[in-house]
Amino acid sequence: MEEDAGGKVKKFLYINRKAPYGTIYALESLEVVLISAAFDQDVSLAFLDDGVYQIVKGQHTKPIDVKNFSPTYRALEGYDIEKLYVEKESMEARGLKEEDFIVPVKVIDTADMAELMESQDVIMSF
Amino acid sequence: MSITVAGKTIETDEEGYLANRTDWSEEVAKEMAKADNCDLSQNHWEVLNFLREYYDEYQIAPAVRVLTKAIGKKLGPDKGNSKYLYELFPYGPAKQACKYAGLPKPTGCV
Amino acid sequence: MLHTVNKSPTERNALESCLKHLKKGSAVLLIEDGVYGALRGTASTKMVEQALKIHPIYALSPDIEARGMQDRVIEGIKLVDYNGFVDLAVEYPGVQAWL
Repeated sequence: MEEDAGGKVKKFLYINRKAPYGTIYALESLEVVLISAAFDQDVSLAFLDDGVYQIVKGQHTKPIDVKNFSPTYRALEGYDIEKLYVEKESMEARGLKEEDFIVPVKVIDTADMAELMESQDVIMSF
Repeated sequence: MSITVAGKTIETDEEGYLANRTDWSEEVAKEMAKADNCDLSQNHWEVLNFLREYYDEYQIAPAVRVLTKAIGKKLGPDKGNSKYLYELFPYGPAKQACKYAGLPKPTGCV
Repeated sequence: MLHTVNKSPTERNALESCLKHLKKGSAVLLIEDGVYGALRGTASTKMVEQALKIHPIYALSPDIEARGMQDRVIEGIKLVDYNGFVDLAVEYPGVQAWL
């Protein structure tokens, strides 16, 4: 990533704390991430609290007649968004393991998550 | 809005994208292209088929930058560049090709 | 009474409060994000298993499947589809929704 006329590359963190489908937050966040990928910033995604449910494998939404957007997280790599973090404590409190996720993630503890949040230029909360 | 293909009326949105993705067929693509005075060649079909596969896998239409990169990976650098894709789809590769492929407009495309 | 819960137990305390207020003969149906309360190995599992000893607990299978949770449901929780939801609503004298 390089600097251009638009200015310096900023660190953006998208914080996902909501389960998918029950509310619109998860899908909205994903759409904003995809759109903002056009601006070539340094983007990270964090999944904590119920947000870890967004990227669980095996989602089948046909019975509730809602679009299954979980495969779209796998497209993020093609958008050069490869920094996905899952909070260990949130994952474990929900009986989940790293291999339950549909995309490669880095599992970090709460202290490291706090550090990650602190080190950003812009934080978007969903 | 709608288009008529082989006597059948198919619903589209105000920009001509299919209202229901399942209404798509090769004839639908040809009809859409005809309306733009575009004759679909083998090279066009390569891109349309790629887009349909991409959508099946990821449930989104790719941004043009992502499409260009992915086409390059799959079909080689001769085809994975904006010049080639814009020559095929002068109204914009993501926009025009997604329409013919029966996909929604790419997220973030205005 | 049939009690429905549609919030995740780690998002709101709807499930916890519902379980505390259950009277004899009542049942619980978990729907939408409420189905996260039906899972093994979570922070709320123990509480739900305790309630399950006394009350029937159901979860709506379309919502379980949508969220990819089909292999994680606590043993003893019965899965129902939309028709089963209607049957339960008819079977019990009233429905109380915990939002």
